[in-house]
Amino acid sequence: MTKMPRFVIAGLMASTMLVGPAFAAGTHPVTGDALADDQTFTYRVLDEHSSVDPQVVEDVIGSEIVRDLFEGLMNQDAEGNLIPGVATGFTTNDEKNVYTFTLRPEAKWSNGDPVTAGDFVYAWKRLVNPELASPYAWFGELMSIENAAAIIAGEKPIDELGVSAIDDHTLEVRLSASLPYFPLMTTHASTFPSPQKVIEEHGDQWTRPENIVSNGAYVLTEHVPAERSVRERNQMYWDNENTIIDKVVALVINDENAALTRYFAGELDRTEVPAGQFPKLKAEYPDEAVSFPRLCNYYYTFNLSDSGPEEFKDVNVRKALSLAVDRKIITENIKAGGEPQAYTFTPGATAGFDIPDVPMMAMSQEERDAEAKRLMAEAGYGPDNPLKFDMLYNTDEAHGKIAVALGQMWKQKLGTEVTLANMEWKTFLDTRDNQDFALARGAWCGDYNEASTFLDLLTTPSGYNDGKYSNARVDELMTEAKTADDPQPLYTEVEQIIADEVPIIPIYHYAGVYMLDSDVGNWPVNNVEQNWYSRDLYKKAE
Amino acid sequence: MLRYILRRLLIAIPTLLILIIICFLLMYAAPGGPFTSERPLPPQVLANIEAKYGLNDPLPVQMWNYVVGIVTRFDFGPSFIYKDRDVNDIIAQGFPVTLTYGTISFVIATLVGVSLGVLAAIRHNTLLDYIAVGATFSAQALPNFVMAPILVIIFTWQLGWLPGGGWNGGQWQYVVMPVIALSTSYMASIARITRSSMLETLHSNFIRTAKAKGLSTRTIIRRHAMKPAMMPVVSYLGPAFVAMITGSVVIDLYFSTGGIGQSFVNSALNRDYAVMLGVTILYGTLTIIFNLLADVAYAWLDPKIRY
Repeated sequence: MTKMPRFVIAGLMASTMLVGPAFAAGTHPVTGDALADDQTFTYRVLDEHSSVDPQVVEDVIGSEIVRDLFEGLMNQDAEGNLIPGVATGFTTNDEKNVYTFTLRPEAKWSNGDPVTAGDFVYAWKRLVNPELASPYAWFGELMSIENAAAIIAGEKPIDELGVSAIDDHTLEVRLSASLPYFPLMTTHASTFPSPQKVIEEHGDQWTRPENIVSNGAYVLTEHVPAERSVRERNQMYWDNENTIIDKVVALVINDENAALTRYFAGELDRTEVPAGQFPKLKAEYPDEAVSFPRLCNYYYTFNLSDSGPEEFKDVNVRKALSLAVDRKIITENIKAGGEPQAYTFTPGATAGFDIPDVPMMAMSQEERDAEAKRLMAEAGYGPDNPLKFDMLYNTDEAHGKIAVALGQMWKQKLGTEVTLANMEWKTFLDTRDNQDFALARGAWCGDYNEASTFLDLLTTPSGYNDGKYSNARVDELMTEAKTADDPQPLYTEVEQIIADEVPIIPIYHYAGVYMLDSDVGNWPVNNVEQNWYSRDLYKKAE
Repeated sequence: MLRYILRRLLIAIPTLLILIIICFLLMYAAPGGPFTSERPLPPQVLANIEAKYGLNDPLPVQMWNYVVGIVTRFDFGPSFIYKDRDVNDIIAQGFPVTLTYGTISFVIATLVGVSLGVLAAIRHNTLLDYIAVGATFSAQALPNFVMAPILVIIFTWQLGWLPGGGWNGGQWQYVVMPVIALSTSYMASIARITRSSMLETLHSNFIRTAKAKGLSTRTIIRRHAMKPAMMPVVSYLGPAFVAMITGSVVIDLYFSTGGIGQSFVNSALNRDYAVMLGVTILYGTLTIIFNLLADVAYAWLDPKIRY
């Protein structure tokens, strides 16, 4: 991991910026842009958020709000580098299994109470508490905090969690394994502190605007479920004087075309671009249509479990199907939002990860098609004996278009007969999770910016390994990577094994494709996790 | 009459119970559950959650607890998805929204629809009739999911007169487009039913008698034709009202009103069992009540009907 030095530099840069005088009224301290009088940022969200309780929230929409309302030990800057949050920094031992965070004494809750190490201890114990039954309790396990797994399973008392407050401003975390990227995980909403007093007073309803107390740059002031939520500047926030945006409004708009119309009517500062519309919008609104890489992949997974079809047990069949996919058609004609074509499982945008040379990348599509035909014939399939299988995806316009295109490519090039099956989301998940499929759509967004968040999916014990791919060497390499100082060669080897054995067909890697008002300054387009903080944004004067 | 109403209300209780049982069975027959997610939960975490919500009890026990909760505490259970709210909160927040714009739409649709229908019937086979018939047909051919985007493009994007969605506590600007989008096709249906029913009534014998007596057209329509002509309209209005105040799923989703229709769809998709049951029971209850009201209105309109 090359994280540490970068973090230190980023931290230094950030602190020099913060030490400088507060921005002169009306201009941004760094960019010098004139600031608008009304510093309100309004954006569209697809759905109502599930919760704004840091330990309970499980959706992206809720996490975005939680990142504004609460502040964890560490934050990310516009590039996704670690910068200090409530913690000013941390130290670790040689084994990298004990981390000690120093908390800034000036951090306060919105009711004026100081933020202490005890608040983090309370929150982290709460996360794994079987009584709270958080859907993100597994994150505690993922962070390898000592005894987390046993506590979730109800085998050990909560007090044995490996986290303790040495004093009010020193937090010690003990891990069950060496984890060099542990601090990266403290930017995740599940690890944010929570106010014990308020939770004990109001129970489940502590997150309502009238009850909530938070320690981030904003406080929740209004929430009309399924319509809007509003957060406003927290006067108690330790860095309030450097916060520019006063008010952030999230509007729930289910229909992306309705949202786009409202964007054009000036009601929104940001909305998603529907699939396929980006080129047209980019030509018409070059300053507003933006596209940048995201930390997510899109793939199809073969069912390699015992319940999977016999045909897919033949690696030549899997390889032929992957080769015959013309990714360019999918990324340029269907998605058309600037998505990179995928030949590896891990997106190239992942920090510290370079896409290794896999053989397919060096070939032209004609060569791939020829090779695919050869492999298919070798596997014994041809015009008289076509390969037949079902492919499964969840009901959605873009997924449908991609599935049709894939089926058509395979039919034309390889003569396969593919039956498309689409299912409503939860039915789809249930079916896929029970290995009741032949070929199924998959997509994964990284939980943290490191290749293992993707590659772990293809290890034998992973609960998210829907195709039940199992390769002892991959498992071994991924275990080794956990503690390696430079895991890149190990990841390269894993990707090469995947390219060789084709348990999945990578299709494309995600792009964030937005209409973003040109008045909005500092949107972190280089933060591939899209962990954005409203306090870093500003509105320019028109 | 009173006994009839009482009897109908008593029948409503087993009807609702059957509704609950069917809902429970259908919900559990659907694959997946409220906690099925793209990242399948580790079995232990899932077990903890199911224990918390009592989802690991046998189905009859869950049903029993549910009904007992409603009867004894008027508690329709928690939302499994929105952690800081229960079903009562969700209905209390969403239903007034749909009730507001649904009622306004209903009143407008009824007033305009009936007037248009009556007018077309009186001026049968004149230009006015043709215009009215043409307008109602086009209005009916424009479903609300087509109507809504057109309205937003015109009034929000092009003219900038009205906000493209939201509710904002029911401020009038936010109500206009949902009402237009919702009421148009109902208005058209009401106008068509009124017109044909009025035409039929105007050709009946007692109207000819009234004419022969020398009564003015105005009196004939108001005194004699209106009541019988309204019979089919009333039987349409009962269920239509329920549909308008509850079933405006498209309007809720398109205009992001935060109304109850949105909860109905989302709870089904999210497998948010208690919310889905709660909203279904609400729909069921309203349907029973307004069908009863329509039946009572019959008795008032038609002296031949006695309960």
